[in-house]
Amino acid sequence: MNKLELQKTANEVRKGIVTAVHGAKAGHPGGSLSAADLFTYLYFEEMNVDPKDPKKADRDRFVLSKGHTAPGLYSTLANRGYFPVEDLPTLRHLGSYLQGHPCMQETPGVDMSSGSLGQGISAAVGMALAAKMDNKDYRVYTLLGDGEIQEGQVWEASMFAGHRKLDNLVVIVDNNGLQIDGKVDDVCSPYPIDKKFEAFNFHVINIDGNDFDQIDAAFKEARATKGMPTAIICKTVKGKGVSFMENSAGWHGKAPNDEEYAVAMADLTKIGEELGGAN
Amino acid sequence: MADVKKIATRESYGNALAECGADFPNLVVLDADLAGATKTGVFQKAFPDRHVDCGIAECNMTGIAAGLATCGKIPFISSFAMFAAGRNFEQVRNSIGYPHLNVKIGATHAGITVGEDGATHQCNEDVALMRTVPGMTVVVPSDDVEAKAAVRAAIEFEGPVYLRFGRAAVPVINDRPDYKFELGKGVLLREGSDVTIIASGITVASALEAAQMLEADGISAEVINIHTIKPLDEELVVASAKKTGKVVTAEEHSVIGGLGSAVCDCLCAQCPTPVLKIGMQDVFGESGPAGALVEKYGLDGKGIYESVKGFVK
Repeated sequence: MNKLELQKTANEVRKGIVTAVHGAKAGHPGGSLSAADLFTYLYFEEMNVDPKDPKKADRDRFVLSKGHTAPGLYSTLANRGYFPVEDLPTLRHLGSYLQGHPCMQETPGVDMSSGSLGQGISAAVGMALAAKMDNKDYRVYTLLGDGEIQEGQVWEASMFAGHRKLDNLVVIVDNNGLQIDGKVDDVCSPYPIDKKFEAFNFHVINIDGNDFDQIDAAFKEARATKGMPTAIICKTVKGKGVSFMENSAGWHGKAPNDEEYAVAMADLTKIGEELGGAN
Repeated sequence: MADVKKIATRESYGNALAECGADFPNLVVLDADLAGATKTGVFQKAFPDRHVDCGIAECNMTGIAAGLATCGKIPFISSFAMFAAGRNFEQVRNSIGYPHLNVKIGATHAGITVGEDGATHQCNEDVALMRTVPGMTVVVPSDDVEAKAAVRAAIEFEGPVYLRFGRAAVPVINDRPDYKFELGKGVLLREGSDVTIIASGITVASALEAAQMLEADGISAEVINIHTIKPLDEELVVASAKKTGKVVTAEEHSVIGGLGSAVCDCLCAQCPTPVLKIGMQDVFGESGPAGALVEKYGLDGKGIYESVKGFVK
């Protein structure tokens, strides 16, 4: 996909996020929207995956360590063809295969159940280790929140990944700057994030995580990096694309009501039109 | 019982893994800086490429095992019960239990027979914790023979299994040609008519001793070895309770949530029966030689004998 196609796709992913959370009357739009460009790039450009064969043995793997942004993952998977986009509003409903947090047994394309923060990265490390043990060349990606990296297990996993030189692993940090209780650097500052991963023997790349040129360059650099895992620290805008959600901690875990939903969809439709309509 | 062969079940654990390594190429063993103590060093020596030391980071080890399992490996995570089940509870629940991944948890140094290290390392709560995880199988082998059989059975079984091993050497009681291990199947070791003693782990040998002493007093005790606490062999438990009308459980574990509770859960629904629960009575352990602690907390043959005698009177 070229940059414009990725931008248009990410905008559709954002519409799906807002629609899913509105349908659920609950969920986490802010961190889903901030990471929508990253989700889109991973599933439409970077990863070797096949929606028709979600469990293909040698596929690349993705673990959503910040599992509460399941709407972002689900919307991406739906737009990629794993399941119907029309099912997104069933998110969090009783009997839905779209659980509040990712469940690998329920949802096609979900490689690992997650949601309890700090645990997903360890599973991703295990997958990367399995590839090394079996001399397979699949790659493993995991997305963490900047609040999530306050969890100690993240650094246990990072120490191990650096020690084992897992160069088939890419840790992506969505640095949208906000967590439930406010700004990450007010609550308990994780900064400097890049220096921490460097100290754990990662190759570190700092980018604007809402800019596809920078995203593309970073993942290419990660692929070319041998002998150490890569961490891509992505500055993003929480709530990106929806005017009233942008940079607001209040929209971390809240669903829009009907009026707010209409405004959000109008915002995203306008962005879509500015990009020149559908792909 | 001085001439009886004694082996710690943690030794059996390491030996069984090493013995199974060649048969199961997907078997991977993980440790958290305790390979010497958990006895998985034997496996490490034989299969260095399939042993992963994660350093002192049990929660990460658990997640790594989950990731390995999604890629078709059969990982065993090894640590002391205190950390494997205690520190790790939420990782076991969410990263292994919820996705029902094929990870085995080899928990050594369980219970008070840890001895001198004292209460911080004597885990008497692990069975209670692990029982509550949906889909988790919980196994507490009684000796070397059973521990080795349990490891192989766990490898052959698809799904998460918690295996509980001890630090101290315990008598080999199952060394007989007709011994057969089946997950979820209790073993009737001795028939009796006045009382049923249900034991697991180190208390199985104690229960057999107690039954002999009770016999001398004219009390006929039935002895059942429940090596698999979950799923519980309810049929065997209920049949014996119906026959004797009195049940005693004995475990090297808190009386809250372990074997005793599992037996009570079963009996209160299917065959209400008076039950005496022998075990750690809602207290922490303490430092001391394993044998002396077992005696102090009434888990040896004499202790069980005295408790049962008081109960059946």
